[in-house]
Amino acid sequence: MMVEGLYTKREDGRKFDEVRPMKAKVGIVPSADGSASFETGKTKAIAVVRGPRTLHPQHMQNAQTGILRVSYGMMPFSVEDRIRPGPNRRSEEISKVTEWALSSVVDLSGFPNTVVDVFVQIPQADAGTRVAGINAAALALAHAGIPMKEMVSAIGVGKIDKTLVVDLNKYEDSIFHDGEGSTDIPVVMTSRTKEIALLQLDGKISVDEFKETIEMAKKACDDILKVQMDALKNVSEESNE
Amino acid sequence: MSDFIMPNLQREKIEEYLGEGKRLDGRKSDEYRKLLVEDGVSKNAASAVRVRFGKTEVLAGVHLALATPYPDSPDSGTFMTSAELHPMASQQFDIGRPGINSIELARVIDRGIRESGFIDMKKLCIKEGEKVYQVFVDIFAINDDGNLLDVAGLAALIALGRARMPIYNEEEDKIDGYSEEEGIPLNKDVLSFSMTFHKVGDVIVADVGHDEEAISKFRLTIAMGDNNGKPRITAMQKGKAGTISNEDMENILKLAESKWTEMFPKIKKHVFG
Amino acid sequence: MVKEKRQIVVPGETVISGNEFLPGDGAYRAGEDVVAGRFGIANIFEKHVRVIPVSGAYYPRRGNTIIGTIVDITFNGWLINFGGAQNAFLPVAEVPMYVNKNEMREFLDFGESVIVKVWDVKSRGVDVSMKMRGFGKVEGGMIISVGPNQVPRIIGKEGSMVKIIKAATGCDVTVGQNGKVWISGKDTDSEVAAKKIIEFIVENSVIIGLTEKVEKMIAEMGLDVEKVEIVAEDTDVEDKE
Repeated sequence: MMVEGLYTKREDGRKFDEVRPMKAKVGIVPSADGSASFETGKTKAIAVVRGPRTLHPQHMQNAQTGILRVSYGMMPFSVEDRIRPGPNRRSEEISKVTEWALSSVVDLSGFPNTVVDVFVQIPQADAGTRVAGINAAALALAHAGIPMKEMVSAIGVGKIDKTLVVDLNKYEDSIFHDGEGSTDIPVVMTSRTKEIALLQLDGKISVDEFKETIEMAKKACDDILKVQMDALKNVSEESNE
Repeated sequence: MSDFIMPNLQREKIEEYLGEGKRLDGRKSDEYRKLLVEDGVSKNAASAVRVRFGKTEVLAGVHLALATPYPDSPDSGTFMTSAELHPMASQQFDIGRPGINSIELARVIDRGIRESGFIDMKKLCIKEGEKVYQVFVDIFAINDDGNLLDVAGLAALIALGRARMPIYNEEEDKIDGYSEEEGIPLNKDVLSFSMTFHKVGDVIVADVGHDEEAISKFRLTIAMGDNNGKPRITAMQKGKAGTISNEDMENILKLAESKWTEMFPKIKKHVFG
Repeated sequence: MVKEKRQIVVPGETVISGNEFLPGDGAYRAGEDVVAGRFGIANIFEKHVRVIPVSGAYYPRRGNTIIGTIVDITFNGWLINFGGAQNAFLPVAEVPMYVNKNEMREFLDFGESVIVKVWDVKSRGVDVSMKMRGFGKVEGGMIISVGPNQVPRIIGKEGSMVKIIKAATGCDVTVGQNGKVWISGKDTDSEVAAKKIIEFIVENSVIIGLTEKVEKMIAEMGLDVEKVEIVAEDTDVEDKE
């Protein structure tokens, strides 16, 4: 890759298309129907699935299908400036886009009038928390035995000044402001059909550069899928905890 | 999975076996589960720990922020505890605003720490009347298998014990990360921790599991600190609708004293390392 | 010739290719491929592909034996909580004797436990019956919960594991497919011993040579397997689909 502009070397020494070290595990919360953790570098996410269970109040029920409900949040101590506990505008939006991304592969038609709750929490953040959360949530849903057409894998890609990068850390995402600044693009790919299940963009980027970042995201998601599959396939070999 | 319903036969079995001095998980009625502590849950805070009693699991973190002191104590730092009994941890916790259980838990822990004077608030003053540190303790329940109260209380103490002092940048009036060596100022000799006892059937039980907690008549939380090697009560909270007889109270106090003597050295070690 | 093949699969993963294979429960067709529609063990038997969950919540199926607790009494039956998404309904006509509608609480009261058979699974809920032999009200003993997917291991091949537990502890062990296990012995100590063995099986679920491990553990507990006569009673749970 040709490197022009100000960002010629990554702050943490990675290659531009390199994902931070990943770790995934399922079955971390014993009382849940499904649970998982997913880490990239210093960003940690945990996800818990409860359900299907009867949805209350009754008027919210759908007689044709179960409903997927996602709640995303950052723990108060996950970042340097404490976050007040409970929902806020940012977490509400991320909950919704996560819900859409997961709903694209989850099939709850066999569980009418019920809800499947997905709780995503971030104990430690270093950018990319929504994508780490989605990786954990997809694992937890699979672990809960929920019918899914395929998996989803998520990655943040973007542009730092003129340089295209994969898996932005906090410095790249929110501290770097020089030149053309930082463009952050969270992407969720489906594992089999290789389609886009979530896309957001924040910054300045040309159409050609954007297309290239999507290709980089696809490649990264293939690697993430391998980590997710390993976590699921190893679960039955391990004893609980 | 839908809500947990306790079958009558299970309730009878738990109570009857406790009558023989035994519990279904093999513990004695006054026996605590193994305490497990892990550090480094979040490097972005002054401290963040993971504390477990068996399958009950809690995360707790400490933050320090710059704040204006209260007018009635211009030379003291301030302190706040919050708790989330998140629906992640149990079928019974609701989404949204913190429920009464979260609020009660946070308040009991807050009072215990505040009233004992565990944090040396005077040393958290930067400029009298203008600038002090505000200490936040945030508790997050991950999995509920009974006795969240004690686990959360310990997690808060351990997080405080391991919290690092912020580095204050006077020029820009902000915090530049945390010191590697210096901890926050604590009055180590007033450390007190709380133990919650439940009455299940006719027996006083320590460190209840989920099922025992569900059927208990009342609970009594007692915080005790060290007074020249002897336990001294620093806080109490009675919960649930049942009433405490004289005999119950005698038994609980006796148990609390002996449990405190047994556990205090270990807990001190966990808090101060 | 061996026609059965088992492998752990992840949602979206191709289990096998070829138009001659038929997707069954937990699988779907995509072009030439038969694809996993949930996480679990793929079972290919005579061209028929199923994915059996290894984790997650219990999904009732017709013919299942389940253990549950009365949570409500209506004018024509009982509502039973069994850990599923909805409560099960036991109509007054599906109990083995005539019960006057004014005396339903005398027959089955709130909080009492039952072993029932799943009769019908509808979108609105599950209908159960206890008319057949071996079903009815449960008295004494204790009920423990295990993962519904652990049930086959606790039962063992043709009920072998249940027989071992019974031989070692003298307890009757009835396993509901909803993951509730009813243990009833001469005293609580023997029931607790049975509970301990079952928990051991759950924790060591996929280790090869489980039977030997369980026998070793029983010996370490100081229990004598030989002493108790093995009674060939029908503690097995059918799963005929």
